[in-house]
Amino acid sequence: MIRSLPNSRRYLYSYKLYMGLYFTFLFAPLVVTCVLAFNDSQFPALPWKGFTLEWFTADLPHRVGIFHDRMNLESIWVSAQVAFFVTILSVTVGTCAAFLFEQEEFPFKPALYFLMLSPLVIPGVILGISILLFSNTLGLYCETRWGLDVPLFRPGFWLVVLGQFSFIATLVTLVVSARLRKFDRTLEEAALNLGANRFEAIWHITLKFLRPAIVGAAAVAFLMSFENFNTTLFLTGSETTLPINLYLQVRDGSTPVINAISFLLIVGTSLAAVANLYFSRKQE
Amino acid sequence: MPRRFHITLPLVCFLTPVLLWLVLMIVLPHVDLLRMSLRVEDIEGNVSWGFANYLNFFKEPIYWLTFVRTAVYSIMVTFMTFVVALPVAFYITKVAAPRFQGFLMMLLLMPFWVSELVRVYGWMILLRESGVINHFLTRLGILTQPIEMLYNDVTMVMGLVYTSMLFMAVPLVSVLESLDDSLIEAAYDLGANMGTILFRIVIPHAMPGIVSGSIVVFMLTLGNYLTPNLMGGKNSLWFTEQIYNQFIASFNWNQGSAFGFLLLVLSSLVIWVGLKLTRQKLSRVVQ
Repeated sequence: MIRSLPNSRRYLYSYKLYMGLYFTFLFAPLVVTCVLAFNDSQFPALPWKGFTLEWFTADLPHRVGIFHDRMNLESIWVSAQVAFFVTILSVTVGTCAAFLFEQEEFPFKPALYFLMLSPLVIPGVILGISILLFSNTLGLYCETRWGLDVPLFRPGFWLVVLGQFSFIATLVTLVVSARLRKFDRTLEEAALNLGANRFEAIWHITLKFLRPAIVGAAAVAFLMSFENFNTTLFLTGSETTLPINLYLQVRDGSTPVINAISFLLIVGTSLAAVANLYFSRKQE
Repeated sequence: MPRRFHITLPLVCFLTPVLLWLVLMIVLPHVDLLRMSLRVEDIEGNVSWGFANYLNFFKEPIYWLTFVRTAVYSIMVTFMTFVVALPVAFYITKVAAPRFQGFLMMLLLMPFWVSELVRVYGWMILLRESGVINHFLTRLGILTQPIEMLYNDVTMVMGLVYTSMLFMAVPLVSVLESLDDSLIEAAYDLGANMGTILFRIVIPHAMPGIVSGSIVVFMLTLGNYLTPNLMGGKNSLWFTEQIYNQFIASFNWNQGSAFGFLLLVLSSLVIWVGLKLTRQKLSRVVQ
């Protein structure tokens, strides 16, 4: 049953087999994708035709590696910029929200808290179309009322940033709130007694305490934004983000360049995950 | 009794950005979604208001059948994810040697740091007709001819289970960590068998984790576009695809809004019923 109880051999072996199968299931698609990024073939499929780095480095007429693939490189850059702004916005607003819900009292607080949680249960596609509709309505209003054409209200970079921010801020709020709840408020009171005002106390004391949570939340926010598909799908303009761009390529037939990009993403995110784990261990 | 409160500078500073966020990005867009779904435009461009878009949904079997299909499959996927993830969470928290626990947790989380698109793509190159699995099966002589394993419901459901696995496994692990081993030991000493222990001790204790995992998995599955679209192929008939088609292909935003609103109502309703049945609160479940 559990560690401390006697277990039959058969139970343990079959349980280990199950775990083995589970992890195979979990990793098979990733491993295959990575391996085929190095296959010297025009298609991401077996048979194995030899090892090559050309899907990363080549700049040949019939084979363009990722490092020379303008379109994909541009979409990576767009995604990185979007993720940067989403992270800044959602960390700022999410931290404000954490302070608001943990430390302030005001009427209708439970209702507002419930509203803050709602993006967790709204499907991303719905969030995307709602924001698209609303921005379109605002854009039409500005145009008919004042004859103004506001680029912000059309699908494009900033609308993607706002759309992703609208639900990522909730996650940041939850992560930062959880840490803020453990904060000993007498420390803040001590600072106030010593002549600091509320903002100085927050800046010098509370934010220092919150830093690991804020850094962790920022990392998660960046990653979620970088990989978001559902909400972005409806809000993107002519500059597409990486997931949308990859989706269009995968839908219309694929080349091993996609494997090469996937390989870089897998290695990059795994390193980030390990680093994150290492630093969070060190904190404790 | 109303709580005493003062309008202070910090309150205003914290409240303003949060209100801007929630009102401008959440409340008003969804009000607009409802408004647009009630807007009807005929061929000459005359605008009227009414429930015509919703009536269309019920008149065309393809729409509401897709809707029901999506709902039923999402519930099925949620249940299957639970069945697969529970033994895994139990193994990591209760059976594995403590020194492996951290490592197993990391293995469990790792694939989900990678974009959903990459994972679906991995399945595509494994399963398609010219895919890796077909290559091995024909090499070994098990198959004489490669078969198409993509683009059917079984594959699509498997892909959806795979995609949402993490969101079930993590809450289950954290809730089972708090289960005291001595309860299981006591039950064992009193002669309980595995089934009794599972249904009388483990599952009741894990209920908050099961509910929060199920809510997230259900919501993500219902709103998934990538996996049904790429693994289910042309006849995946997922409701998000209908919404996408109305918005992007037919450019009928009003019809699309009605579909979107229906999907929102469905997901809220199922989550609400789930919370009521298990007597949980949303604010407790998300923590």
